[in-house]
Amino acid sequence: MERTYHFKHTLEKKERFAPGHRLCAGCGAGIAVRGVLRALREEDRAVVGNATGCLEVSSFLYPYTAYEDSYIHTAFESAGASLSGVEAAYNALKRKGKIDGTVKFITFGGDGGTYDIGFQSLSGAMERGHDLTYVCYDNEAYMNTGIQRASSTPRFANATTSPVGSEIPGKKQNKKNLTDIIAAHNVPYVAQTTFIGNFRDLYTKAKKAIYTPGPSFLNVMAPCPRGWEYPTEKLPEICNLAVETCVWPLFEVENGVWRLSYEPKKKRPVEEYLRLQGRFRHMFKPGNEWMIEETQHNVDENWEKLLTKCQG
Amino acid sequence: MNYNDRLSGNEAIAFAMKQIDPDVMAAFPITPSTEIPQYFAQYVANGEVNTEFVPVESEHSSMSACIGAQAAGARSVTATSSCGLALMYEMMYVASSSRLPITLACVNRALSGPININNDHSDSMGIRDAGWIQIYAENNQEAYDNFLQAMPIGEHPEVRLPVMVCQDGFITSHALENITLLDEQSVKDFVGEYTPENYLLKKENPLAIGPYDLGCHYMEHKVQQAEAMKGAKKRILEVAEQFEALTGRKYGLFEEYRMEDAELALVLIGSSAGTAKMAVDLLREKGIQAGLVKIRVFRPFPAEELAQALQHVKALAIMDKAESFSAQGGPLFAEVRAALYDLEHRPRTVGYVYGLGGRDITPEHFMGVYDRLAEIAAGGDLGPTYTHLGQRG
Repeated sequence: MERTYHFKHTLEKKERFAPGHRLCAGCGAGIAVRGVLRALREEDRAVVGNATGCLEVSSFLYPYTAYEDSYIHTAFESAGASLSGVEAAYNALKRKGKIDGTVKFITFGGDGGTYDIGFQSLSGAMERGHDLTYVCYDNEAYMNTGIQRASSTPRFANATTSPVGSEIPGKKQNKKNLTDIIAAHNVPYVAQTTFIGNFRDLYTKAKKAIYTPGPSFLNVMAPCPRGWEYPTEKLPEICNLAVETCVWPLFEVENGVWRLSYEPKKKRPVEEYLRLQGRFRHMFKPGNEWMIEETQHNVDENWEKLLTKCQG
Repeated sequence: MNYNDRLSGNEAIAFAMKQIDPDVMAAFPITPSTEIPQYFAQYVANGEVNTEFVPVESEHSSMSACIGAQAAGARSVTATSSCGLALMYEMMYVASSSRLPITLACVNRALSGPININNDHSDSMGIRDAGWIQIYAENNQEAYDNFLQAMPIGEHPEVRLPVMVCQDGFITSHALENITLLDEQSVKDFVGEYTPENYLLKKENPLAIGPYDLGCHYMEHKVQQAEAMKGAKKRILEVAEQFEALTGRKYGLFEEYRMEDAELALVLIGSSAGTAKMAVDLLREKGIQAGLVKIRVFRPFPAEELAQALQHVKALAIMDKAESFSAQGGPLFAEVRAALYDLEHRPRTVGYVYGLGGRDITPEHFMGVYDRLAEIAAGGDLGPTYTHLGQRG
């Protein structure tokens, strides 16, 4: 494992996710894929898997693929299982002397394909112990079909199947804590990250995930300008505030040991994060202060729980 | 090199898999196919095969894992029944449209609900249009033989389609029969190596599988798939010929039993053929020109060949072990009848749905059907063309 991270050297590596794909400007999914694939050693090959979603329909439109590596998409809920099959094939063919060289297995799924419909197949792949990395690009709703709520959608967010109405103020339930759930599978490596500063956090976690033998899971907050309703150039600011408010803490769980990757000196109020996004607009109307208070309370509670875990 | 052993249908399939030694097997238990992964897991545990066994958490995932494995360049197999096959439905289309020659051992069982674990063909008939080759067995020997032929058929470059090898749940899957087996080397030589042109793990040429296909390409891809299915017929017969040369056992798209001069005939699928053959023999003893056609290959559907085989029949009963709720009869009835349409002199045809959820069918039932056919052939009224056989009341 490299001890140091050189931003410039890392960026000089050959891109494995080619430009020309059709993701929206400012989409977090493409940033996640580029960032994660950059952590591959240049001499290693990879098979990239993908759940159906924005990324899939935008990066492999017949006959064009954005991937320099082999790639497989099968369905919405099957990314974990399909890549399990690819990894099993690798083991079998390697044992029979039919292939040589190192091949790594990395699959990408949106939160819909990961937290919800693909949850079972992800859980199965983690439990069986395949040597693969599952990366969730979490944009907190079913964006590909038009911003429907998911179990990853935060409370009060306006989504098209949890709309803000005169009686119901957006999504009723809190966000599912998937990173914790996958950590409870006791796999060797689980981490949560997003796009911060010089991408050191994403890069080092991706590298660990890919090169730790056995199953690993990376949950990457990947904002969606259309679903979250913010101007595309605000993406870094939103990611930064997600971390500084502790809405999306950066941490990793390595062989059962919980470690905080970053602790804000002074936790910023959650409303700074919410204010930048149109999906939370209604929370700032007079009389709705309780929504911000409850959100703050929920963030505080989760943060304290995480701190306890990280303190061992 | 041939030797006899007493095996259940499930054992015969598992044993064929062992002899083939595929690269990957992914499976999930469901009655009555459970024994197949069970036997196979034991082979793995004993080091008798070199296969990666992936004990998945659902049938949706077993098909998904097989797709991943086959796409990666590995020969992959699975087994399932009933609701398990229904859960695979989405992925069955992905497998066939990705042109991945996976082999699936289907042990036919009724679909829920109400939940029922016994045999009929509602599971595989429900998935008949998913683009898989479907081959059905009457008995344990045929289940074994068909499984050995599946890969040489599906993996052929001109076919490249997945194959379902079907047998009747419990009736053959759990019943012991003396069958003739090939030695392992003969099986390996017959089945050969899986050598795809392109695959995910190929070093020289990365491959992308499973694109988003827009309207400008989708139809071309579907036409190619349809052409492959049409072409599969020829390959199925070639493989059958090679198999006959090896074993002396003859296979075609369907079996004609005492059809040379038959005026009254049945068309059906699977283990009921054994019972129906007994009825045919009894009738032949009485001088009645009865015959039987047992469908072996349902996909691709042997329409022209059936029309030719049935052209001189006067009255024909087409018997479905599956309801399609079309209100017009079962799927076999619809397709056989359509196959006869272009004949100048068509047999008069009636359809029966029988044996649902394991309902027994006896030689007496078949005698009753032939009696009715005799009346129709003699100029009697055709009567209702869609009826059920064997139910109370």
